[in-house]
Amino acid sequence: MNSKAILMQGNEACVEGAIAAGMRFYAGYPITPSTEIAELSAEKLPKVGGKFIQMEDEIASMGAVIGASLAGLKAMTATSGPGFSLKQENIGFACLTEVPCVIVNVQRGGPSTGLPTLPAQGDVMQARWGTHGDHPIIVVSPSYVKEVYELTIRAFNLSEKYRVPCILLMDEVVAHMREKVELPDPSSIKIINRKKPDPTIKEYEPYKDCDGDGIPPMANFGEGIPFHVTGLIHDITGFPSTSATVTEALITRLMKKIYDNLDDILDYESIFTNDADTVIISFGSTARSVMRAVQIMRREGQKIGMLRLKTIWPFAHRAIQELSSQVKNLIVAEMNFGQLVEMVKASAEGRFYVAGINKFNGELIAPNEIISRTREVRSRA
Amino acid sequence: MRKELEKYFRTEKLPHIWCPGCGHGILTGAVVRAIDNLKLDQGKICIVSGIGCSSRAPGYLNFNTLHTTHGRALAFATGIKLAKPELKVIVLTGDGDCAAIGGNHFIHACRRNIDITTVVFNNNIYGMTSGQYSPMTPQGAFATTAPYGNIDRSFDLCKLAQSAGATYVARGTVYHIPQLIKLIEKALLHKGFSLIDAISICPTYFGRKNKMSSPVRMMEFIKDACIPAKNAEKLTKEELAGKIVIGEFYEEFAPEYTEEYAKVIEKAREGK
Ligand SMILES: Cc1ncc(C[n+]2csc(CCOP(=O)(O)OP(=O)(O)O)c2C)c(N)n1
Ligand code: SF4
Ligand SMILES: [Mg+2]
Repeated sequence: MNSKAILMQGNEACVEGAIAAGMRFYAGYPITPSTEIAELSAEKLPKVGGKFIQMEDEIASMGAVIGASLAGLKAMTATSGPGFSLKQENIGFACLTEVPCVIVNVQRGGPSTGLPTLPAQGDVMQARWGTHGDHPIIVVSPSYVKEVYELTIRAFNLSEKYRVPCILLMDEVVAHMREKVELPDPSSIKIINRKKPDPTIKEYEPYKDCDGDGIPPMANFGEGIPFHVTGLIHDITGFPSTSATVTEALITRLMKKIYDNLDDILDYESIFTNDADTVIISFGSTARSVMRAVQIMRREGQKIGMLRLKTIWPFAHRAIQELSSQVKNLIVAEMNFGQLVEMVKASAEGRFYVAGINKFNGELIAPNEIISRTREVRSRA
Repeated sequence: MRKELEKYFRTEKLPHIWCPGCGHGILTGAVVRAIDNLKLDQGKICIVSGIGCSSRAPGYLNFNTLHTTHGRALAFATGIKLAKPELKVIVLTGDGDCAAIGGNHFIHACRRNIDITTVVFNNNIYGMTSGQYSPMTPQGAFATTAPYGNIDRSFDLCKLAQSAGATYVARGTVYHIPQLIKLIEKALLHKGFSLIDAISICPTYFGRKNKMSSPVRMMEFIKDACIPAKNAEKLTKEELAGKIVIGEFYEEFAPEYTEEYAKVIEKAREGK
């Protein structure tokens, strides 16, 4: 075993995970509370022959990341609220052109410049729908520093496998917290690389679903197979088309390659849900407070469970629909005015009473707040 | 089309979308001729564009081609070049794409002196969105969004590029094609950021709005307005008013960005 426990910050674990996953390109623009990711990438990437560049803004950073990925490098950028807003147009470009890349958003209080140094989880809906038009995207969210490492690797793997941008949605608490992390032996880490076309191929159709899995093999620029990439709706040859049939086929494939693979993509943890009458749903650092609260309530003999989402998008409807019939209440704890709770309500389809615990003032949701809200919900008439 | 140039075009994608008499096709031809004259390795060329009539050019060209978002071609191109410095990266952009929405990326690409050749198809107007004024529309000219005449002052893209740090800067036109090809060749051979401000024509919008709807009339206008850079040196500001100065403005040999980054990698590895 090569692994050893080290004290590590969330942002640091993100860079370690990214490099372990094969990141060899980083472009970014500094913004609190994500800046350490840029600084550490600047230091560590050239040591492994990778490239770091500080661009003039977040729009450019996102563009450079996509360019580098098309040239064959695994690429990442990191930002927070205001920068995440600026990246959106080019994130949409990556969705449509199916260019793998990882975008880290360390959430801070918003809107606008908001609360630069304080935590929030207000970008849940933006992470899903920030860029215009129907598009697929994968969003994962860690609760522990060790999980930052693991989910960063997973973000790269999912992005490479499905040719889709993957967002690592952190919050300020997880990003800046220090915890002991035992890094795994690099040889034990599963790394996924994008599917390549057969190099001897005569006619490369860059958007042809050759394998029937909805994921076309991807060539790198400058490696023998010239091809065209455009942010216009395109046919299987990669060239623009306005045909209704082509458009429908493309958007459908983009969605299906994600939604047909939920078994692989969804990731959540159910704790004490078997006999629970009330399940508290959360993610990110809020899930830590929920965990505390659930432990306390369980000790008191209350039948409370929790569901911690690690994949936020696509939303894990099934995690809610699978809950047994003795569950009466679902409580969604999130540091925002109420975003994920709407998805939970949709999944509940009236089967459960759904309530929220929301805080959007830059303060964490404390375990005692969760306990008293749970009491309220369970004792309602 | 000359037979030996055919391999550079995706002939099945022709005819193109440009209006009859548009200057962009002529400029695209000049870029291809420069590439052919230099016998550059076609498979190692990557052509990147933004959004606009001009930015549709790469779609017709048989290279690694990338049609990005409006104004951002240089950002994508920077990622490609830094990721794979062995590629020859060329950006084809419009005056709006490069100087308005992409202005910030443009000055920073100049400043880094990254080895990218940028050719601006400068028709002094937003062609694709049907004739609004751009940062290159002359004062007093008309556009759909300047129905009373344009009051904005325009950029001199060459001066802007030079002061921002570009190390090869030249201007040519659709009327002076042999010269333009030579300038593009020099730009392609230059190590560092090179800019060609290539004056184009948009008879459909700029022409029609400014009483020059025939392409011939616009070509004549360019012919009459142009003076070589050497001659311009002797003229006063008043004498230069309304003139288009063409030719080579600046050449400097300075450290190139991706070569400097290769040294960073060496340094970082020594320190291990
Ligand atoms: C973000 C964004 N804003 C606006 C547009 C609309 N738009 C498309 S092309 C264009 C102007 C292009 O002008 P120019 O770069 O000069 O190219 P030309 O068509 O004149 O060759 C605009 C404003 C867009 N596509 N994207
Ligand atoms: S609108 Fe103008 S720039 Fe666009 S294709 Fe027509 S002539 Fe050319
Ligand atoms: Mg224009």
